[in-house]
Formats: sequence, structure tokens, C-alpha cells
Amino acid sequence: MWEAFDVGLPDQAAGRAMIAQQLLNGLVSGGVYALFALGFTLVFGLHGILNLAHGGVLMAGAFIAYYTVQAGLPLALGLVLAIIGGGLLSVLLEFTAFRRLRRSGEVEFGAIISSIGANLVLVTIAQRISHTQVMRFPFGTFPIVIYQFLGVRVSALQLFMAACSLVLVVILTFCLYRTGAGRQIRAVASNERAAVLVGTNPNAVYFQTFFLSGALAGAAGVLVGLAFNSIHFMMGEPYLLRGFVVIILGGLGSVPGAMLGSLLFGMIQTLTIAYLPSGLTDAIIYSILFLILLVRPNGLLGKPAAGVMRGRR
Amino acid sequence: MLTISNLSASYSGIQALRGVSLDVAQGEMVALIGPNGAGKSTLLNCVSGIVAPKAGSIRLESRDITGQKPWLVSRSGLLQVPEGRQVLPEMTVLENLRLGLTALGTRPATYPLARVHELFPVLAARSAQLAGSLSGGEQQMLAIGRALMGAPRLLLLDEPSLGLAPVLVQQVFAALQRLNRDGMTILLVEQNARQALEVTSRAYVLEQGQVMFGGRSADLAQDPNVIALYLGQEQKRETFGAKPVNGEP
Ligand SMILES: Nc1ncnc2c1ncn2[C@@H]1O[C@H](COP(=O)(O)OP(=O)(O)OP(=O)(O)O)[C@@H](O)[C@H]1O
Ligand SMILES: [Mg+2]
Repeated sequence: MWEAFDVGLPDQAAGRAMIAQQLLNGLVSGGVYALFALGFTLVFGLHGILNLAHGGVLMAGAFIAYYTVQAGLPLALGLVLAIIGGGLLSVLLEFTAFRRLRRSGEVEFGAIISSIGANLVLVTIAQRISHTQVMRFPFGTFPIVIYQFLGVRVSALQLFMAACSLVLVVILTFCLYRTGAGRQIRAVASNERAAVLVGTNPNAVYFQTFFLSGALAGAAGVLVGLAFNSIHFMMGEPYLLRGFVVIILGGLGSVPGAMLGSLLFGMIQTLTIAYLPSGLTDAIIYSILFLILLVRPNGLLGKPAAGVMRGRR
Repeated sequence: MLTISNLSASYSGIQALRGVSLDVAQGEMVALIGPNGAGKSTLLNCVSGIVAPKAGSIRLESRDITGQKPWLVSRSGLLQVPEGRQVLPEMTVLENLRLGLTALGTRPATYPLARVHELFPVLAARSAQLAGSLSGGEQQMLAIGRALMGAPRLLLLDEPSLGLAPVLVQQVFAALQRLNRDGMTILLVEQNARQALEVTSRAYVLEQGQVMFGGRSADLAQDPNVIALYLGQEQKRETFGAKPVNGEP
């Protein structure tokens, strides 16, 4: 493996630029993981629901954007529709797969099973619609422009992805920690009865959290579809697994933890792909996860009782 | 203002309230006392819409609110300060207070932040502190302050003295008296019967889901039955505690 390292490195400066390049790539893909993982951890941290259909929502977001562009409409509209559509789909999941379970008080385990079922439904519908094909955005959907500074290459798409991730994450954090609605959401998560006694309608809160969660996944789907220019009915599955890794790494239910976990995961992944034999990537990633959990069993920013509540003051 | 008639409620077959009737008039401070398990919290939770009554009716002024959704009850200005305070420990004192604004809906505030801070200065001093790190007494003040932020027309308090040192109980009760003097209608649920009777004008005694006595608090405090059943034991405990073990005869 050191051979590969030497060959790719004429001198130290180029080596540093190479590492900087990989870190940048890692940050961008980490930002997309963050969009996906935040919604995943939000619903888990707030409501104790592990929504395994979250990957299906990501896939649906990509599909919505793809068909919007196919219809001759601009990509920006596709992104907006994917965000709204992802949010609504997620709310629909709450209605169909979780609401009754929640009332029965047996939501934690039941939700895993019912969301696996919901995911299968979504994947099957997508498979039907797409005739099991891999679909690609038409050439030039996103302009191919490369900027270069300090020896690091950044594509316009990467900038767009980073900007989208940043803006959406900032909006989410703002909503959750700086608005009355966010305060109500956190109150329901912490003590539903106390929240109800001050006049909070918990059903409205569930609607909001599932919508936010799905909207982020929908946006992530579009960005993933653009980045790999590959949209297919199974595209949500690897993200679900990585979403798990990321939120366990960051600390289950912690919003800042999911952010940190995503960025770390993105960078570790691109670095191992760049510098180590490709077969080792997953082994390395899971070894690192294993080591971190040995030292911090509740994840990097997790505390014994998971909860979004603790994010900020 | 609040009229409860013939209210019955049960938990999976166990009857907690058996035809309770009581009323609270505008501007009154009324006590509801009774031993553990008498059904006091159940009564408040029926009023707040958290427990669905089996029979009977609850009216707020002329409006029937029996079985209404709890958040709508709160938004109409019927605010409960629940047993055990139930402040949100991971939020700051200020955030907890702001959460109370939810109950306002479209009604105007009657106790804005400044007025709550004036009533409980400690909440101003601890504004940025996490509610979970407050002492029990401070948490109780926070819970009351949070309800006040929602402009209550009627304040329901469930055992605000629970677990507080005597001096803090005095403080909390003094604040309630001040609120009442300023025009707040209050229904105070208490196990601490002696003090509850001191600060209220009227009282009901609930036992095993039924109203056993009702009347002016001063009269109840003199009633031999009430003394024997609800005040006597407390008195004994007090004298026992006050007497030094090897003291004078
Ligand atoms: N959630 C519940 N499920 C089943 N039974 C309940 C429930 N809550 C209360 N009970 C029962 O209903 C009866 C009345 O309880 P309640 O909590 O109203 O009494 P209380 O007067 O508030 O008592 P305390 O002074 O201990 O708070 C008790 O017998 C209690 O065991
Ligand atoms: Mg009680």
C-alpha cells in the first residue's frame, strides 16, 4: 500500500494538496450523509422511532427530481419538489406505519418492523415505475464547472452540495433551537404530558418532525443522484446502513453528534478509498467505529439516555 | 367559573372518582385536600382533559369542556401545574418559561415575563441555567411561572408543596396568595391540609373518590371530624418532632 502512496506523490507539496483534496471531497460527501442522518436521528431522538423507511424517502426524493427534470422543468424546481415530497412522504409514513403503534405504547420494536414493511412498499413501487432500470439525469443537467485554488479542485456541483447541506442543516438547527415550534418539539420529546399541559398539540409536533426529517432525506436523495448520476430503486439502502453508522458514531439521538459523525464518516471514507486498497474500506470504517465505541460506548457526543434535547442551551 | 358535576372516572376498572361535584367561583382560591390515592390528581387530569371521565360534566363558565383535547383546554386558559413540577430539565429556565407562551394561543398575555420575574425573582437570576439544576423549590416556582406565561383564567395546582422544606412551602403559598389577591382564580390540591386551609377561603375534602366535606376553610380547620381525620395526625407528628427526646416532662 505504501507503493501506491509513493507513486502518487512526486513531492511533499503535491502530497499535501492531495490530502487536502481528499478531505474536501470527504467533507462534501459528509454533508450529504448529514442531511440523511439528521432526519434519521431526529425522529429517533425525539420519538424513539427507528424509521427504517428513511432510505426509501431518500430514493423517492431522487426519483421526484429525476422525473421533474425529465418533464423539461428546471432542476431547482426538482429539488424543491423533492424536499416537499420527501417531507410529505415521511408524514404519510408517520400516519400509516407509526401512529397506531405509538398509541399502543409499543412503538420501539414495532416501528422497526412496520418501517421495514413500508420501505419494501416504497422500493417496490419505485422498481415498478423505473422498470428496474438505473436512470441518469440528462447530460448537462448540472453545469460541469471546475474551480481550482491552492492546488485543490472543486466542482460547481460540490459547492452546490456543500451549500445545500449547510443551508438545510442551519435551517433545521434554527427551527429546533431558536423557534417556538422547535421548543414545542423538544418539549414533546422530553415530556409529552408536560408539553400538552402548556397547550402543545403533540400530533402537530409529530407532523413537523417527520416533515423536517423527510424533507432533509429528499434533498439528500437529489444530491446523491446528482453526485453519482445514478438513480435507482435500491439507492436508499446503503445510506440507511451508513446512516446507522453515523448516528451511532455521533451518539444516538444527538443532532450535533449526527453532524460530527457524518463529516467524520465522509472524510474517513474518502481517505481510505484514496490511500488504501479498496477492499479494505469497509473493514477500516467499521474498525474505527468499533474502536470509538470501545472508548465512548454512547458515541462521540452521546450521553447514556439518548435525546435531542441536550443539543444546545 | 369552574363547575364540576357528578364526575366519575376509572382506570381499567378501578374507580378513582365517584360522582364528585365541586365549583370554584371567579377570584376564589379553593383547596382540595385528601389522603394519598383519594383521586385528587385524577380530578385535575379530568379537568385538563388528560383523563377521560366516565360520567359527569365539567364546565368552564358556561362552556362544557368535558372530554375536550388537553391542549385545547390549556389554550382556553385552564392551566394545570402538575404534580412533581414537570419542568423540562434539559431546557433553560427562560426556555421553560417561553414554552408556557404556547397556551396563549390568540389570547393576550396577562403575566408577561417581567411580571413573572417580579413574582419569582429567583427565576430572573437563574434565567440561563438548566431547569434540571434548580432546587425543588425553584422548580416549583418555575412550573408556576410557566403556567402564568400562558395567561391562566383558572390555575390548577397539584401538590405544589410536595417535597419542599417548610420555609419554601411558605414562600410558594405566599406567592399563590399574592396571585389570588391580584385576581387569579386558583384550585389548590394539597396533602398538606393544615397550610392549605390557612391560605384558602373554601375547601373540599376528597376521600376514596368522593367529596366528604366541603365548606369554608376556616370552618373545616375547626371541624372535629376533619381534625381527627386529616389534621390530627399531622399535629401529632409536629409535636413529636418538636419535643426533644430527653427533654423536660
Ligand atoms: N394511571 C393510572 N393507572 C391506574 N390507576 C391509577 C392511575 N393513576 C391513578 N390511579 C389510581 O387512582 C386512584 C386515585 O389516584 P390519584 O393519583 O388521583 O390520587 P391522589 O389523590 O392524587 O394521590 P396522591 O396524593 O398520592 O397524589 C388511586 O387508587 C391510584 O392508584
Ligand atoms: Mg396526586
